[in-house]
Amino acid sequence: MTMDSWTRKLARIYGFYTIGFVVTVIVLWILEIAGLDPKYIGYTYLFGTIALYATIGIISRTQVVSEYYVAGRKVPAVFNGMATASDWMSAASFISMAGALYLQGYNGLAFIMGWTGGYVLLAVLVAPFLRKFGQYTIPDFLDARYGGKLPRTIGILSAIIVSTAYLIAQVTGVGIITSRFLGLEFNVGVFVGLAGILVCSFLGGMRAVTWTQVAQYIILIIAYMIPVIAISYKQTGVPIPQLMYGQALQTIEKRKAELKDDPKEIEVREIYKKRAEDLKQKIAGLPDSWSAGKAELEQKLNSLAADDPERANVEKALKEYPKSPEEAKEKWTAQMKSSESASKPPISYVQTPTDAKGLANFLILTFILMVGTAGLPHILMRFYTTPTVKEARSSAAWALFFIFLLYFTAPAYAAFARSEILTNIVGLAYTNLPAWATKWATVGLIKITDINGDGIIQFAEISIQADAVVLSTPEIAGLPYVIAGLIAAGGLAAALSTADGLLITISNAISHDLYYKMINPNVTPAFRVKLGKSLLLVVALIGAYIATFKLAIIVELVGWAFSLAAATFFPAVVFGIWDKRMNKAGAVSGMFVGLGLTLFYLIGSRFYGLDWFGIKTISSGFFGLIGNVVVSLVVSRLTPPPDEKLQEFVDHLRYPKGAIGAGSEE
Amino acid sequence: MIDKQTLEGYWRETRKNMIIILVIWFVAAYVTAFFGSSLNKIVIGGFPLAYYMGAQGAITIFVILNFYNSWYQNKLDQKYGVAEE
Repeated sequence: MTMDSWTRKLARIYGFYTIGFVVTVIVLWILEIAGLDPKYIGYTYLFGTIALYATIGIISRTQVVSEYYVAGRKVPAVFNGMATASDWMSAASFISMAGALYLQGYNGLAFIMGWTGGYVLLAVLVAPFLRKFGQYTIPDFLDARYGGKLPRTIGILSAIIVSTAYLIAQVTGVGIITSRFLGLEFNVGVFVGLAGILVCSFLGGMRAVTWTQVAQYIILIIAYMIPVIAISYKQTGVPIPQLMYGQALQTIEKRKAELKDDPKEIEVREIYKKRAEDLKQKIAGLPDSWSAGKAELEQKLNSLAADDPERANVEKALKEYPKSPEEAKEKWTAQMKSSESASKPPISYVQTPTDAKGLANFLILTFILMVGTAGLPHILMRFYTTPTVKEARSSAAWALFFIFLLYFTAPAYAAFARSEILTNIVGLAYTNLPAWATKWATVGLIKITDINGDGIIQFAEISIQADAVVLSTPEIAGLPYVIAGLIAAGGLAAALSTADGLLITISNAISHDLYYKMINPNVTPAFRVKLGKSLLLVVALIGAYIATFKLAIIVELVGWAFSLAAATFFPAVVFGIWDKRMNKAGAVSGMFVGLGLTLFYLIGSRFYGLDWFGIKTISSGFFGLIGNVVVSLVVSRLTPPPDEKLQEFVDHLRYPKGAIGAGSEE
Repeated sequence: MIDKQTLEGYWRETRKNMIIILVIWFVAAYVTAFFGSSLNKIVIGGFPLAYYMGAQGAITIFVILNFYNSWYQNKLDQKYGVAEE
């Protein structure tokens, strides 16, 4: 089959699929009007979409090495773009990003620019050349370019660290979505999600993952657009949110100015200020204040009669009381910080950081997210799957375009939600709280408490978690449950597709890079695929098991992955293509320094108060990246240049014509 | 095998294209953020300019850059006869 007719066939299949999906949503909507219990709509979305992914997974099953690792290298640019986009956009992009914009205003835009700008680096500096190289993994490239097992080993190590951190966060995301929308137990949700992940990747490897990711992209983009179009129509009368949220921005700034001097708002802020000061004293008085607080609660419990209804409250407070002075310090510090920030008048939503430190952190975070994006192994790997170098270039452009569709819309989500809260919720009597606020309050995403006891909602009394913005928008806009369920299906698609890409990266790093390339090169192709599949299962189970502990650090780990990728892979890959003089000694020492320095600052600043120039933990990769680049350049210039064969190899990488010899062996 | 001279010419132009694109990339993301407080005084259609650049402007430019890069490099492949058969 020629490329064109293959592309047309794919377009037809996914076209029908999209229509089928839209029709299903409409049918569910009609059923909802007819009185179907929303619970079943939720189940239909969850099990319906997972069954769909499973079907694609089964159709795409394969035993062939090149199919399993790189989808047979016949994914046309547009489709590889879609697959990369959903591989890339995780639960964090889908659910949390708009919320981060809502909460942080301009500062949140670091994520919008950072998570897209990396694709420019990728398209210009990396993607086409990797495709020309044309093997299977990034450690393959490091090995071929720098020669020897050491570069490969560091590559494997970094790929596993980076992807595992990211994977656990995705599995956690799946658990949260399924538990929130279906009322499943979190741990059950994790394992239902795990099934969803495995049905895509287990039978068909990269081939199955690619075609399900395309299907997942279509669901997630539809799910993201509908609610925000509806809310734009509701607030402005025009259903084009991306153009209309300028009005919302103006409302936000106007209300902010009004609230700054509102006496009731000031009253609430003063209460928060006092709370923060009390907590500060308690923290200073540790560990005595901890034991005193505990003794006080215990005494209170003992003084109450056995049938006193107050007992339950005190028992609960005692149960939630920090278990140790160390825990108390962590908990109270967090509470103190949130009270402190609630005690300040709302900042401008559109203002860029005014102090030098804030601006530096914004710029550096944006930069690290960009470089990290261009260095993430599960994204880099996708460019091996296109048929040609030309298609790899165009696929990088399409990938960014499909990501852009969602990112271009996220600021509108945030602005509409914020103006809705500021105009329609603030000033309301507590007795008139809309149903959605109550609903999301019960799961802890929205907290509205009458701090000053006047019965009216003040802005300072509202505390919203980042995830609530996207999740509650359908209800804020007064849409039927069928749309709220659609959001869950979209979030699930986002998390599952990313998890699949990561899982396959990790299992390839072990089965292909470690076992086949370093331990036993004589193994048969069939066995390699089998080993890959078994590892997939094991890694997925480990990931899910860790996710069930619900460690607080997991959300932060995703940010760490960017720093690590930026400081290890990116320089080694880019130098490998653009700097002929770069040699093994340079690249290896650079990666070591990059990895070490980044880990040092990540852990030091997060847990031990390390602080270099006020750079935040999430941007730790900045130091590692600089260290890597400097050390690579210096060491490579002090040691002999790579031999003629390697220099020739680099020449070959640089132009599309002719095969490099690798990648066509099976 | 492609002769050294052709390859050098091809690579020189590729590198020039890379630098041009990354300069635009840098200006779109970082220079606009750096001068944000002055740019924000310009408001178009309700959007303060620096906020708009961060939220939608820069990423629109990124998308255009990537398509331009793809188009330009393909043209370059033809010019130097190094395109895939």
